[in-house]
Amino acid sequence: MGPSHPSTHGTVKINLKLDGERIVDSQVEVGYLHRGFEKECESGEYYQAIPYTDRLNYASPLINNVGYCLAAEKLFGVSAPIRAQYLRTIASELSRMSDHFTCIGASALELAALTPFLYCVQAREQIWDLHESLCGARVTTNYVRIGGLQSDLQPGFAELCRSKVAHALDLFADVDNLLTQNPIFRERMEGTGALPAATLIAYGVSGPLLRAAGVAQDLRRTEPYLIYDRLDFDVPVGTTGDNYDRYLVRVEELRQSARMIEQALRDLPDGPVDIDDPRFRWPAKGKVFNRMEELIDQFKLVTEGMRPPAGEVYQAVEGANGELGFYLVSNGSGKPWKCRCRAPSFSNTHALRDMIQGALLADVIPTFDMVNMIGGECDR
Amino acid sequence: MSESTPPEVAPEHPLLLALRERFPDAVVATHAYRGDLTAQLAPAALVEVCTFLRDDPACAFDFLSDLTAVDYIGAAPRFELVYHLCSLSKHHRLRLKARVPEEQPRIASLVSVWRGADWLERETYDMYGIQFEGHPDLRRIYLYPEFQGHPLRKDYPKEKRQPLVTVRDVPEEQAERTEARLRERYGRWT
Repeated sequence: MGPSHPSTHGTVKINLKLDGERIVDSQVEVGYLHRGFEKECESGEYYQAIPYTDRLNYASPLINNVGYCLAAEKLFGVSAPIRAQYLRTIASELSRMSDHFTCIGASALELAALTPFLYCVQAREQIWDLHESLCGARVTTNYVRIGGLQSDLQPGFAELCRSKVAHALDLFADVDNLLTQNPIFRERMEGTGALPAATLIAYGVSGPLLRAAGVAQDLRRTEPYLIYDRLDFDVPVGTTGDNYDRYLVRVEELRQSARMIEQALRDLPDGPVDIDDPRFRWPAKGKVFNRMEELIDQFKLVTEGMRPPAGEVYQAVEGANGELGFYLVSNGSGKPWKCRCRAPSFSNTHALRDMIQGALLADVIPTFDMVNMIGGECDR
Repeated sequence: MSESTPPEVAPEHPLLLALRERFPDAVVATHAYRGDLTAQLAPAALVEVCTFLRDDPACAFDFLSDLTAVDYIGAAPRFELVYHLCSLSKHHRLRLKARVPEEQPRIASLVSVWRGADWLERETYDMYGIQFEGHPDLRRIYLYPEFQGHPLRKDYPKEKRQPLVTVRDVPEEQAERTEARLRERYGRWT
């Protein structure tokens, strides 16, 4: 199956050895979307890697932006103002919603249900309208900056956000009605693709796949970053770990994300979104053109880049598919010596072989859908 | 390239203390930087230390988050393997590092400890050319078998091009037709 099979989203090849319809053995080949993310990042300044992170998991680009910038800030030893932390949280949860809409919609499509896909894409469009309001772009967001954000909110964002998220959930309620109790959908999803939690952990599988197997591992709860420790939310877990549980966990996470967005909007403090430090954030253009010191600051930032102390950090955030980590090594220069992305899709896809072992050929489709391998992130 | 991470003046973390006490020879150095705990290991002791870290109830590092390498070109030993461990029950993290030389970049595979190491080691082999001894199926994961060199090594130029490979898995006449068409369209076909 693959590399571009009509019933799989994502470019991956699965070599299957079959006995009739039964899968005797399989081999998963990834790498079709390898673009040399790490090599590219090592050749640019720290801030120049941010647009590349959009293209890792392109269904939830803002979480990648946030993860990379948090890692860089840890390396530099700075943190963004509290308003920026709130906005990053809102951005992350919006992206998580768009990722889950994509996953569920595409899964329904590949199980031959076209309508939920259309509804999900329409719901995702609502979220991408909000991306557009945040940063001007719908997919390639490039929104978060080291020490701040690209820009503060547009006027009226809170109302827009509330209405768009409510509309998206309304659209999703129809999907829920169409799929969750649908006998055909349940037949395909229930009892397929399950692995014991211990096997998933040994594979390094994280995110909704692991939570569906009953392990309440969520970095937003266990190692809180940004303002997640101030938010009230539940971590849904499944019992059997089959594809249906994975679907239910994602459905519940959508609702929890909406809950978190509402809380963050309610408590959103005033204040700057950028750190007041000329080593990180570019001064306003008006000042650059009219004042000596700001001109020097801008010149130094452009020509030398940001220089962190020599050292290394690892920072993980809860991506839409699991633990998204960035490992940065600095040698004191303006460019990262090493910029490594720990991609959840990579480890999750690794476990696919065991998930489909002994199953029917048709079970590959729902299992692969729920693994939700995103080529850009898996192959980097 | 500076070699070591500047140590932070802070009381030593109990986890690092326990590790040093248990493996006085294998653990070369420990430090904490920005809250990340790191232990530098002698490469020969890797599997033993990792098995202990996984099975010891106080450590309980059941989750291998990440495995990669860093190329400190010009230094000896040149390559450094970096392992990021996480404990899902204790919620703590640890970074392990081990250096291997340029002439013999080889280290024991961790597939027997965490199955997730399989693909991560293949990736590290693909990108850095490090051999993992005992790996069940060590071959390239992203790049194709004909690819020359290991692109994340610092002496691999970013702009370097590789010869295109011939069409695989099709009858010979069909392969020739495809290649002729590609030659005509792109001109450059080696």
